[in-house]
Amino acid sequence: MARIDLDLAHSYKPNPKGDDDYALLPLKMTFRDGGAYALLGPSGCGKTTLLNIVSGLLVPSTGTVQFDGRDVTRTTPQQRNIAQVFQFPVIYDTMTVAENLAFPLKNRQVPEAQIRQRVGEIAEMLELNRHLDQRAAGLSADQKQKISLGRGLVRADVSAVLFDEPLTVIDPHLKWQLRRKLKQIHHELRLTLIYVTHDQVEALTFAEEVVVMTRGRAVQMGSAEALFERPAHTFVGHFIGSPGMNFLPARASAGRLEVAGRQLAAPAGRVLPEGELKLGVRPEYVAIASPEAPGALPATVTLAQDIGTHMMLTARLDGATIKARLTPEAAAPRVGETAWLTVLGAHTCFYKDEVLVA
Amino acid sequence: MELKLERVDKQVGASTHLYPLDLALQSQAVTVLLGATQAGKTSLMRLMAGLDKPSHGRVTVDGADVTGVPVRERNVAMVYQQFINYPSMTVADNIGSPLKLRGDKNVAQRVRELAARLHIDMFLDRLPAELSGGQQQRVALARALAKGAPLMLLDEPLVNLDYKLREELREELTLLFASGDSTVVYATTEPAEALLLGGYTAVMDAGELLQYGPTASVFHAPKSLRVARAFSDPPMNLIAADAASLGVHLRAGPVLSIPLPAAASRSLTLGVRASALRVTARGGDVTLSGTVELAEISGSDTFVHVDTPVGELVAQLTGVHRFDLGAPITLHLDPAMAYVFDEQGNLLVAPARKN
Repeated sequence: MARIDLDLAHSYKPNPKGDDDYALLPLKMTFRDGGAYALLGPSGCGKTTLLNIVSGLLVPSTGTVQFDGRDVTRTTPQQRNIAQVFQFPVIYDTMTVAENLAFPLKNRQVPEAQIRQRVGEIAEMLELNRHLDQRAAGLSADQKQKISLGRGLVRADVSAVLFDEPLTVIDPHLKWQLRRKLKQIHHELRLTLIYVTHDQVEALTFAEEVVVMTRGRAVQMGSAEALFERPAHTFVGHFIGSPGMNFLPARASAGRLEVAGRQLAAPAGRVLPEGELKLGVRPEYVAIASPEAPGALPATVTLAQDIGTHMMLTARLDGATIKARLTPEAAAPRVGETAWLTVLGAHTCFYKDEVLVA
Repeated sequence: MELKLERVDKQVGASTHLYPLDLALQSQAVTVLLGATQAGKTSLMRLMAGLDKPSHGRVTVDGADVTGVPVRERNVAMVYQQFINYPSMTVADNIGSPLKLRGDKNVAQRVRELAARLHIDMFLDRLPAELSGGQQQRVALARALAKGAPLMLLDEPLVNLDYKLREELREELTLLFASGDSTVVYATTEPAEALLLGGYTAVMDAGELLQYGPTASVFHAPKSLRVARAFSDPPMNLIAADAASLGVHLRAGPVLSIPLPAAASRSLTLGVRASALRVTARGGDVTLSGTVELAEISGSDTFVHVDTPVGELVAQLTGVHRFDLGAPITLHLDPAMAYVFDEQGNLLVAPARKN
């Protein structure tokens, strides 16, 4: 187990000039010993580059990687003692499930009795114990990926376990189970886990802290709560949440707030910088109000969807689109009707130049 | 167009890929084929397209028998999981190819229109390999739309794209489908995607078509446990129960006052969606006490896994809630929000809907 400190940048080009030449812009980051982390972002954001630097598959073009204060920047994954789980199962088809799980331990000459015990524990956690003597070849893709996960987790002495989109090939129902298993295993074993994904639900439910990345930049590192409630950057607001945060043009001047062309009372207790702002409000916090209610904005409904557990309303508001997630008990307006929506509240965020200011 | 499948099945060697089924697709609407991998979605689509011939049964288009008519002789557009484009053609030529093939005029203008609708108009002169995965799939979609075929089949078209991109493209597709007059079939493994697409849903499981109807109706009144399982994310909580004089008696738990039909079996399963469980009390609730096993915060929701005497339950709570693992917790449920299934797994009672 190790604490991991990063202070680095990476470019795949020999003489990087502008920001665009960097796969990873300069970043400083610490992964606590025993913590569960996720690197989250769209394709090309740099998350896999970052993972490869942590594992030792890639040497950063500048800066250092430290494990427990020791510089490991130029050491191999073996020397760093890293376990890895990939997108697709990496297992030996001709071996039994038990032999597959035991393999990383056998390689390190762990005593037989200890191997049996550890393989038993991991198999039980992943509900593979009924299959221990079966050959891996006959198992489903899901089961094989479980073996891959088990092999990643079987050694108690690793510095960290790194996962690269490990649940991509898994069906939604089983994803639930496996995400849960991973979380419980983390709770029991307290391994340092780093998990790369583009799926926010996976990242937020799995990790204690999530690093949100875009275009080579780590824009925010925080808990699910922080990323959802107080996105530090409009990108985080947009990327986290499904659908993401609504943004409306706003303007603050002399204690007054203009949103989507209407004057509203400035929210109490908030200090807003003067000038052009973006108001950010999550669909979960947009509420329906009665017509002409103070603080409410009139929007024209363009779509009303029954999404099962909620109603999702899409509406046009002075040239902007706004989405509202309503409880199924609410009387949802119909397409073409005017819905009066409130967007100001304790959960509303304000951005200037894409950065959170209030 | 009206596509009908009558008692079609598909045997491949000794294994059955599709059991006999009847399906009349809703014309000029989206039909979602929902099911896990191996449920039979792709097999069914291939029969619809004419890529495969059913082992038995008939396929008709607008009343005419097309069973065994190959795909080349049908007017069908298809989009697959993998981004399939002509690698040596520019984006513009890719999109325009079905138009040129049938000798249309104004090809360039039509291509520009479609490219603009799919937000790829700035890439018209590039080759597909120079685009990101999401953009490549947009090209494939634009080409399928250009064909203007009365039947459009999409087999998990967004599955290889990033989560956020999937969200954007899904929304655009929903609008495109709504404004077009094609009959669209869209396969997915994700219940949430089916709900967002709306339209009609055919739920499939292990080679069987289980239920077909308006998407929201199927979701709110799944006719069997199998449908409920396939069409819930997170999975529906299922609790073993018995019929009692006052309603439904949970084994090792309380009695819920739910009027049962006279013919109800004695042994029942109570189904409760995760979103129906609350931590705040309302009048008429029953309570289920337990301990917190796990709390997963997705931001907009918190999923709490609770160990209770009636089994393990998952509750979906709106917003961010903090729970200590192992802490005691009481879940509240309005009996009117519960589903009841009989011994055979058939739906007996579904929550009443307002609309």
